[in-house]
Amino acid sequence: MSAQVKGQAAAEASSERRLNMIEAINDALDIMLERDPDVIVMGEDVGYFGGVFRCTAGLQEKHGKTRVFDTPISECGIIGVAVGMGAYGLRPVPEIQFADYIYPGLDQLISEAARLRYRSANDYIAPMTVRSPFGGGIFGGQTHSQSPEAIFTHVSGLKTVIPSTPYDAKGLLISAIEDNDPVIFFEPKRIYNGPFSGYYDKPVEPWKKHPQSAVPEGYYKIPLGKARKVTEGDAMTILAYGTMVHVVESVCREKGVNAEILDLRTLVPLDIEAIEASVEKTGRCLIVHEATRTSGFGAELSALVTERCFYHLEAPVERVTGFDTPYPHSLEWAYFPGPVRIGDAIDKILSE
Amino acid sequence: MADRPDNSAARKSNKPALALHVPEPKYRPGDEVDYSHLDIPAAGAQPRPDEASDPKDMLDFAYGLVRVLGEDNRAHGAWDPKLDPDTLRTMLHNMALVRAFDDRMFRGQRQGKTSFYMKCTGEEATSVAASMALASDDMVFPSYRQQGILIARGYPIIEMINQIYSNKGDKLKGRQLPIMYSSREHSFFSISGNLATQTPQAVGWAMASAIKGDSRIAATWVGEGSTAEGDFHSACTFATVYNAPVILNVINNQWAISSFSGFAGADRTTFAARALGYGLAGLRVDGNDALACYAAQQWAANRARANAGPTLIEYFTYRAEGHSTSDDPTGYRSAQEREEWPLGDPIMRLKNHLIEIGEWDEERQEKMDLECAERVKAATKEAEKNGILGHGLHHPFHTMFEDVYEELPWHLEEQAEQAIRERKIKWPESHPMDEAGK
Repeated sequence: MSAQVKGQAAAEASSERRLNMIEAINDALDIMLERDPDVIVMGEDVGYFGGVFRCTAGLQEKHGKTRVFDTPISECGIIGVAVGMGAYGLRPVPEIQFADYIYPGLDQLISEAARLRYRSANDYIAPMTVRSPFGGGIFGGQTHSQSPEAIFTHVSGLKTVIPSTPYDAKGLLISAIEDNDPVIFFEPKRIYNGPFSGYYDKPVEPWKKHPQSAVPEGYYKIPLGKARKVTEGDAMTILAYGTMVHVVESVCREKGVNAEILDLRTLVPLDIEAIEASVEKTGRCLIVHEATRTSGFGAELSALVTERCFYHLEAPVERVTGFDTPYPHSLEWAYFPGPVRIGDAIDKILSE
Repeated sequence: MADRPDNSAARKSNKPALALHVPEPKYRPGDEVDYSHLDIPAAGAQPRPDEASDPKDMLDFAYGLVRVLGEDNRAHGAWDPKLDPDTLRTMLHNMALVRAFDDRMFRGQRQGKTSFYMKCTGEEATSVAASMALASDDMVFPSYRQQGILIARGYPIIEMINQIYSNKGDKLKGRQLPIMYSSREHSFFSISGNLATQTPQAVGWAMASAIKGDSRIAATWVGEGSTAEGDFHSACTFATVYNAPVILNVINNQWAISSFSGFAGADRTTFAARALGYGLAGLRVDGNDALACYAAQQWAANRARANAGPTLIEYFTYRAEGHSTSDDPTGYRSAQEREEWPLGDPIMRLKNHLIEIGEWDEERQEKMDLECAERVKAATKEAEKNGILGHGLHHPFHTMFEDVYEELPWHLEEQAEQAIRERKIKWPESHPMDEAGK
């Protein structure tokens, strides 16, 4: 029995505790701070205040000021000191307040954290989990909405993890913190408080109605590199992660398409076996992400599916993505790869 | 509207015209060098403040120059660390060994045994003497010209040469550019080629040590040129915010490849004065005076260990040689700079001091120099048995894919198989060690 199934069974059996994604992340951090005295949580506004999205609420009060603390507004410094802390033997969990702010820390991530194990031949490692809210759909404008995951999947030495549900967020975050490699952990902020159908004008549905909001108490892990089969189907395979998992699910439901939706959960390392098995079964593949299109992670997925499953394909692989523009403020919902764009692509694939 | 701004009207106004200052070094190739503008106080002139001093009460130390060894080859003043003769001889020996090592490795590069080398000639005291003032398990985050720390900490020189040759004995598996050493056993952090990144890392290590209630401190070394990097600013900010037990050593050797220190701000102020805006203790030290280097580092180490705060130390020194084997300084600076450098040579000054106090003589110096050269030569011969760069004795192909992650993911395993397939095509007569190691 997998940890996930066990965990879900446990949740169903016990109190059916329902958490939103923020609470699930907070729970994971709390558990890891409790279990491992080398875990520390730091970032802008994460201490006394508990984070601008409340993910670290109450943690400083419970675990103390030297375990959970505020930092200067310096992403370069936050990642840089985390590398040094990792070299000492700690497991830092730095928060970058918005993924859009991570760029000043890129040299420390790409040239240092990601390369330290390799360049020192395993003499030093940089075990850190960089948590950061990412993605749009919250009227955040171009500096609070970006999805820069492909920058990190391109870097050898980094792992990139993106949860799509409270249950996964907790289990994946615990795995990331315990991992001995640096992990970029992008939290889809649009679905912090509830899954998203893609219809921005409909009221937000809270997590408590979603089965994956059953988050058991205590410690459990979801291994990095294992995708989740969201729906079983044979019409086509849809590869998605983060917010788009829910948008895709609702579009399929609405259109009555019997698609097999895979939530990738981890982009690096990628669950290639699950992808191959599904595409070989369905013969059709749609890739959906919110990030810009050119050189997006969808390009990598499309290439892998084409290289490895070509003779099983009955239609060209399609990508649905954000447009190659900065994230616009007022035209956010024209940019967002919502139900219309996804629906068109599904129709196109099915017509082949 | 989208066209470029039209500034012509503003430029025609009768207001005073602005002018851009582009720094220019005082001397270029062929120029006569005159250092009389440098304000060099006499050795022993500076008082030694209490190690717990408030940085606000130490402003003069950021602009002065801590000096111990005088023209008379004697140690002067309150900064004299009063080291016993054995320690002084060890210091001298370490510096002489560094110089002998540099000479041999430079020649090795010229002979085609490796791709690259960097000497630290003239700057030996800033790493050897400074690191001798730290405990051997204090963590150091060096830049690329601190081979003196490894030598002072007793790291085997054959391991340094294996690394420089990138051969099968290289503990870093031939992955890093020569001289980018790493040794956790010697509390010596992996050197990066990207400048100043080590500075916030040192602060982070020191913060971790403080979080854990440890007693070990951290020290980092950075060139004056790369203090311009944002990382250095982050390091200073985090150091002061968390009162981290860390020492930030800035080696002002006047030159960053061909850019003189003015391009890092030296036309306006000292590097030690950077400390003031952050509320760090700042010391400016004669970097060619081994006793002053030791004393300053010891002061800062005591301060850090007592939770009294971080220190930024500027070592005023001179890069006597080119930036690296890939550089030719005759193209941008006057050769007279080295000859006229008013702070002398660190090895000569310490040697003369030992002779002056009756603990050394020319004969012993000559014998020591010879022994150092022989020792390096023997280590070189031994290292060459493990191969030199580009001559086949490298690590097995599969090692190229290891340590990217703790565990090999499927995509790297596939690429490793490809590399090994290619090897069999490119070099059908494979090396036995490749077979053994795949």
